[in-house]
Amino acid sequence: MDHTQTAEPTRRDFLFIATAAAGAVGAAAAFIPIIDQMNPSADVLALASIEIDLAPIQQGQAVTFTWRSHPLFVRRRTPEEISAARDVKFDDLLDPLARNANLPDNAPATDENRLNRSGTGAKPEWLVLVGVCTHLGCTPEASTATSRQGDYGGWLCHCHGSQYDTAGRVRVGPAPRNLDVPVYTFLSDTRIRVG
Amino acid sequence: MAGSAKRIIVAALLVSAFASATFAQETQAPPPPATPEAAPAGQSGAAAPAPSPNAPPSAATPAPSTEALPPKRMSWSFDGPFGVYDRASLQRGFQVYKEVCAACHALSHVALRNLGERGGPEFSLEQVSAIAAAYKVPADPDEMGKTVDANGMPLMRAATPADYFPAPYPNEKATRAAMNGALPPDLSLIVKNREGHEDYVYSILTGFGQRPPANEKLAPGMNYNPYFPRHQIAMPPPLTMGSVTYSDGTPNTVEQEAHDVVTFLTWAAEPKMEERKRMGFNVMAFLIGFTALLYLAYRRVWHGHHDVGAPGEGQG
Amino acid sequence: MQGPAYTPKNGFTRWLDSRLPIIRFTQENLTYYPTPRNLNVWYTFGGILAFVLGVQIATGIVLAMHYTPDSAFAFNSVEHIMRDVNSGWLLRYLHSNGASMFFLAVYIHMFRGLYYGSYKAPREIIWILGVVLYLLMMATAFLGYTLPWGQMSFWGATVITNFFSALDSLIPGFGTAVVTWLWGGFGVDNATLHRFFSIHYLLPFALVGVVVLHIWALHIPGNSNPLGIEVREPQDMVPFHPYYTVKDLFYLSCFLIVYSYFVFFAPNALGHPINYAPANPIQTPEDIVPEWYFLPFYAILRSIPNKLIGVLALFASLLVLVCVPWLDTSSVRSARYRPLYKQFFWIFVADTVILGYVGSQPVDALLFNTPIPLVWLGRIGTLYYFAHFLLVMPLVGLFETPKPLPNSIAKSVLSTTPAE
Repeated sequence: MDHTQTAEPTRRDFLFIATAAAGAVGAAAAFIPIIDQMNPSADVLALASIEIDLAPIQQGQAVTFTWRSHPLFVRRRTPEEISAARDVKFDDLLDPLARNANLPDNAPATDENRLNRSGTGAKPEWLVLVGVCTHLGCTPEASTATSRQGDYGGWLCHCHGSQYDTAGRVRVGPAPRNLDVPVYTFLSDTRIRVG
Repeated sequence: MAGSAKRIIVAALLVSAFASATFAQETQAPPPPATPEAAPAGQSGAAAPAPSPNAPPSAATPAPSTEALPPKRMSWSFDGPFGVYDRASLQRGFQVYKEVCAACHALSHVALRNLGERGGPEFSLEQVSAIAAAYKVPADPDEMGKTVDANGMPLMRAATPADYFPAPYPNEKATRAAMNGALPPDLSLIVKNREGHEDYVYSILTGFGQRPPANEKLAPGMNYNPYFPRHQIAMPPPLTMGSVTYSDGTPNTVEQEAHDVVTFLTWAAEPKMEERKRMGFNVMAFLIGFTALLYLAYRRVWHGHHDVGAPGEGQG
Repeated sequence: MQGPAYTPKNGFTRWLDSRLPIIRFTQENLTYYPTPRNLNVWYTFGGILAFVLGVQIATGIVLAMHYTPDSAFAFNSVEHIMRDVNSGWLLRYLHSNGASMFFLAVYIHMFRGLYYGSYKAPREIIWILGVVLYLLMMATAFLGYTLPWGQMSFWGATVITNFFSALDSLIPGFGTAVVTWLWGGFGVDNATLHRFFSIHYLLPFALVGVVVLHIWALHIPGNSNPLGIEVREPQDMVPFHPYYTVKDLFYLSCFLIVYSYFVFFAPNALGHPINYAPANPIQTPEDIVPEWYFLPFYAILRSIPNKLIGVLALFASLLVLVCVPWLDTSSVRSARYRPLYKQFFWIFVADTVILGYVGSQPVDALLFNTPIPLVWLGRIGTLYYFAHFLLVMPLVGLFETPKPLPNSIAKSVLSTTPAE
């Protein structure tokens, strides 16, 4: 077919390139809402933060809440459980990192670092963990006064046998990491906000 | 050139004639909805069709025309392609809703957290939490699985920003029982749901207080409002001078209160309006520029090919 | 008529071409496809329709990720989309206004066909497939409008599904059985909504399939053109790319400006406020009206006082379109050269606009400030609608003296004096 060649091919090419570029930008911008609509909607994000009243929880008792579609373990530890966690030799731990969202990523997994010392001072009896096994996502079962789950007084995951201690740290695999400690803060002695 | 341009003009005239004929309805009386607002629930299920204003009267006196007056034409801060909500008016309007309207009208599609989001009243995080905490919503079942306390009252808890505005009554029957059979509509979408939109709602709120003409008998329990279809509305005048006291010192006349609550209700129906207009400006600017580029590219491609089909050329 | 043959240039394209000649197919049908050089703006609406179909499918699929097709949750899920879903308001308004834009484009496309005689031999099948596409569009739009489960959704569904109860006049009980089967209950209810959602999701893909057939049927004889004369020589044509790709893109961009105006600045102008109230089976709205693109057919339906005949008239007004290639007796294709038919064409356009106006008004309305019931205007409009197809098209073709046709496209384009 006859394409009339103009005397300035560069000017014509620039026009076509500019138009194509503008079109590509427009098409990409038009695609953003299509992709972004799959991100969590505003009502889902609103439930990303919950407040929990700690007063009804007795010493030695653990309660499971729902937070961001997952179980949230809140445990009020007995002094024996606290000292059991503190007596563990650091080198015996499978995962040396604290996995505490309130602390820097490289904080070591000491028992103190598994707590949140914000708000009203150190509260070693309160343990708040995301109840999702770090292996493949099952919900581990907690030891109680009458039923011991695993050999470390903490949690046992029945799916593949991972065991956690009284600070929620993994002691027997196949789970690779300690149970996560979420972002939370003490609003008062008896109230925390998670997330 | 002349032929195709003529056709486009004729087509455009036809379309605009059609459009103005259809959309002119918007400025005339809203068609009377057969809503239970005007009808106590003593009637059975099927709503009676509205009597035609031109129906021949049975008595000697002429039947009154009870078509609603066209709504008052107001100008709003959010009118037009660049309109935005007046932030202070939204906050005052929320106060009017909360202190006056919420006794009877739900706002179920609006969440308390929306009060703090961009494009709305934009209360601070602390204010939103405080506002939320003042509301009570049904609590989850307790450890025994009960949802009522020892006296049979539902267990309640303080609301959080994630909750939606609680309704004044739990269901339609409870509402009608408390309202002498009337059903105050949910206000979340009222501005979009009524012909005349914000002007209509404003006219209703400020249209009370007139004496009905002699040939319109007011049914018992009804109130006269000429802006409402059939002129009789079950809602008593909700706003008076001083219904609320504004903390910013704005005079609390009926007109001001109505203006503020209508602004608030417009936001409640269209919380994304500001974002929509902002994006619209950007999209239009891009498209106009892109169309211009495409036009130049088009002429460039077709240069020398005596394009009969180009705009302005051809015989139509 | 084929363009230059495609020859694969390298090893990979040779290998692919012998297994799945998709590049050859694209080159022959899109890149080199010979197209008459004189197509005007009215010929760009086919491409615009394909684009809008793509937009509707894309927005529809993402909306379906958030919508709940259950009568207890549907209305609230749409409000959830409008308020909470990221860009949900944008996707919803794109989809609802996209439907209106779809019909605007299809009406222009159909009127172009009627004006330029695009339906005439050998392009009858393209036209018939087009009518099928139009019917599928109408079904999809009707089903889609019920999904928000507003007052108009519910009552519009009730009125339209009740069409089939007119069959009771033919076979007692049959119509009611059909309607009950459609509803899945004793009235439009949850069961109806679920199945309407399923079919609404399905039909656009049927549309895509018929569009493929429509374009395939077009590519056999090739495009017609505004002169209505056959292509005679290679100078009559240009390759589709870049000539019509850039032209289609330009007019598409203009169309998008109109589309964007509605989406961003008047998103509810083409809809009805009543649909912002949840469906209430106990309370009928004062005036049940369909969306604007159905109004002319609504007027035809309401102009006939008999239920069964009114429904039949409605279906007949659509099916008469199928017969158009055989109703028009003229040997001249384009109305440019048919001075008498041209006038009747514009009268027909005005008739559809008038019917649309009648359909938008209450059934007992009067004609502006006169005491004439509007339904009489509707009856005249309906009669004229059928007269246009059944009388005007056959008779005008027989009696009119067409203008002399130009000899060739290239000569009429390239000559300095206009062919007119």
